[in-house]
Amino acid sequence: MTHLRRLLAEWAPALAILVVGLVGWEIAVNVLGIQKFLLPKPSEIVSAFWDERSVLWPAGWYTFTEAFWGFVVGASLGIAAALVLARFRPLGSALMPYFIAASAIPIIAFAPIANAWFGIEKNSKIFIAALLCFFPVLVNTLRGLTSVKPQQVELMRSYAAGNPAVFRRVRIPTSLPYLFTSLKVASVLAMIGAIVGEYFGGSQEQLGIQIKNSAALFQFETAWAAILVACILGIGFYIVVSLAEVVTMRRYPSAGRSRR
Amino acid sequence: MTGAAAVSIRNVSKTFGKGGTKALQNIELDFQPGEFVSLIGPSGCGKSTLLRVIGDLIDPSEGEAIIGGKTAHQARLDRDYGMVFQEATLMDWRTVERNVSLPLEMMGWDRSTRRERVRELLELVELTGFEDHHPWQLSGGMQQRVAIARALTFNPSLILMDEPFGALDEMTRDRLNLELLRIWEATGATVVFVTHSIAEAVFLSSRVVVMSARPGRVQKLVEVDLAYPRTNDTREEARFFELATEVRELLRESHDAREEA
Amino acid sequence: MAVNVLKRVGIGTAVLVGLCAFYVGYRQLYLATGWTRPFVVDAYSMPPLQSIVSRLWQPAATEQPVLVQVLLEKAAFTAKEAAAGFAIGAVFGIAIGVVFHFSNVLRRGFLPYAVGSQTVPILAIAPMVVIWLGGRGLPVWIPVAVISAFLTFFPVAINTLRGLDSADPRKLELMRSYAASEFGTLWRVKFPCALPYLFSAFKVAATASVVGAIIGELPSSIQDGIGGAILNFAQYYSLDPSALWATNIVAATLGILFYCIVAIVERLVVHRAPENVA
Repeated sequence: MTHLRRLLAEWAPALAILVVGLVGWEIAVNVLGIQKFLLPKPSEIVSAFWDERSVLWPAGWYTFTEAFWGFVVGASLGIAAALVLARFRPLGSALMPYFIAASAIPIIAFAPIANAWFGIEKNSKIFIAALLCFFPVLVNTLRGLTSVKPQQVELMRSYAAGNPAVFRRVRIPTSLPYLFTSLKVASVLAMIGAIVGEYFGGSQEQLGIQIKNSAALFQFETAWAAILVACILGIGFYIVVSLAEVVTMRRYPSAGRSRR
Repeated sequence: MTGAAAVSIRNVSKTFGKGGTKALQNIELDFQPGEFVSLIGPSGCGKSTLLRVIGDLIDPSEGEAIIGGKTAHQARLDRDYGMVFQEATLMDWRTVERNVSLPLEMMGWDRSTRRERVRELLELVELTGFEDHHPWQLSGGMQQRVAIARALTFNPSLILMDEPFGALDEMTRDRLNLELLRIWEATGATVVFVTHSIAEAVFLSSRVVVMSARPGRVQKLVEVDLAYPRTNDTREEARFFELATEVRELLRESHDAREEA
Repeated sequence: MAVNVLKRVGIGTAVLVGLCAFYVGYRQLYLATGWTRPFVVDAYSMPPLQSIVSRLWQPAATEQPVLVQVLLEKAAFTAKEAAAGFAIGAVFGIAIGVVFHFSNVLRRGFLPYAVGSQTVPILAIAPMVVIWLGGRGLPVWIPVAVISAFLTFFPVAINTLRGLDSADPRKLELMRSYAASEFGTLWRVKFPCALPYLFSAFKVAATASVVGAIIGELPSSIQDGIGGAILNFAQYYSLDPSALWATNIVAATLGILFYCIVAIVERLVVHRAPENVA
């Protein structure tokens, strides 16, 4: 029972802010006379959400699958590349600065070209999302795999452990916190990538297009309701990754210490 | 030079958390001004805790520490003491000079006065010429000397040291022991020194407080009647060996008592 | 030292050459064998490298200066927005980090919303910000800077918090023994301890500020920046693919430039022991 009590105490301030925020928003729009297209009332957004749910929710889910597959592809390739580069250290340390620089490139600028390559259906958005996820995951996982204390490697060597064993028992557990940080970042980036990709060309079944079209038709409550759907899905994705982190880290409790 | 402070510890007890571990029990101690006292005892006997009670970094559950007639709290606010930890706790981003001048910066001393004082202190610990080095460029022993210089900036009447030489090799340790005695004589402050090393405690102090296992009590005070100034030869005197043996046997008693409990 | 620099330049050149070779090779593969995975390679989807480069020196559009000049001007415009966004976001982020560090209640209350705020598709919010701020007679790059700040404040806030929390308890004890004030401890110990974390965040924020600026320009059809150029050339892609590729190269350079500036400042400001890694 105390576990639940502690959980509630932890979240109480956030819940309070939520309630105050929503009520304040509702009142402020009325009192300040804020125009509809800037910021409708929460009640209007919710009712639009409910009315249009048969369109918005499938669109949201479609966009989410684009983000999700992009995440899966990008993150897997990133992890694989990190493992390879950690194995061949000289190559890894030589290329690291360039991967870091590559993650500084605004990849979304590439979205129209991706559309030209893969058409306006799912694949171009998956490509963009994957590209966005690849670099942060690669850079952070590689950093984690190589941030091992020299003494730990020496200890393994004293057990005549070969490289695969060192990887399994030392490098991979050490890299987990870094990996999960980058996965959380990537989950948010994937959704952004998918929606921006849709902006440059997409079909009705995609959430980004729904937002664009409703705004163009002056149906701002619907546009905001679509934004709400994007937020819910984005937060949901982040929470799922966080839960995966909690579950995995339970197996490696000490790996959670000392990291930047 | 401010006078050395007497330290009185009146019936100090400390329990951590509600119904948690009892670290200290009814400690009563009096240190004379200018004394060099060591606290030694088995692990977990609360010697570091006692040191922090003196420094007003931990509040005792019962009792109090009086330093030079003031409460420990007032002594801390008046910056009457300097503290040295086992890890040198130097700020990596500051040079040696700026590390030593840290307390003076906080007191608002102006730059030239600070620099003068730092120069004096670095001379005292024999680190002249290293002002612009960074901590990671120095050996462990040198880092500790910087920490000692920093602790002396206010001419404190009391110096608290928590196993400052614990992480160093034996030769460096012996050398720093000699240096510490020299510095102590130069400043005349009272020193309370926590250590694990019997040889170090006997070599440095005029009295050794042997503490018992948790909950920490004063098991016995051993008077060290070796003459000052002490040298490396002191370590080879018969009396040194006797005193060290006495301390060792006291520790063994309390250790065995704990094992049986 | 000089050897190091030469090595860096050497590897960098090798990487650049490698990328070009990859690009050209991929095209050649198609031309030679007709291999079309995962997409069709032609003059439209992957223009020849020479035509991209030469396009830079052709006029951007009829009766306009050469493309490279136009693109650099637009890049400068976007850079201004991104720099302002970075500054605003950094100040705001640090302030939030400090507040969350000192107040557990405020942290518990607002941190989830700070995290959640990053899931709001700013592309959708951008036009509203532009109209709201632009309508007050502010020049158009300011709302874009605000959008850019929206993407930069979060990593800075999170890392400021992490950095301040990471201060060694021994050092804090030392400061207590000096009867230091809360502010004194913050300024002399916690903040310097947080600096490496802060610069980590600044490097991420540098990129985010450029991305935010570009995204901010898109829906509002602001012509003066790189975002506008992307939109423009995307529309005409089937007629003039090289222009969009050229624009991408300029945008990439802008992002990398921002990153490098932060990295250089970090080198100058942060003095730490070299990391002990295996």
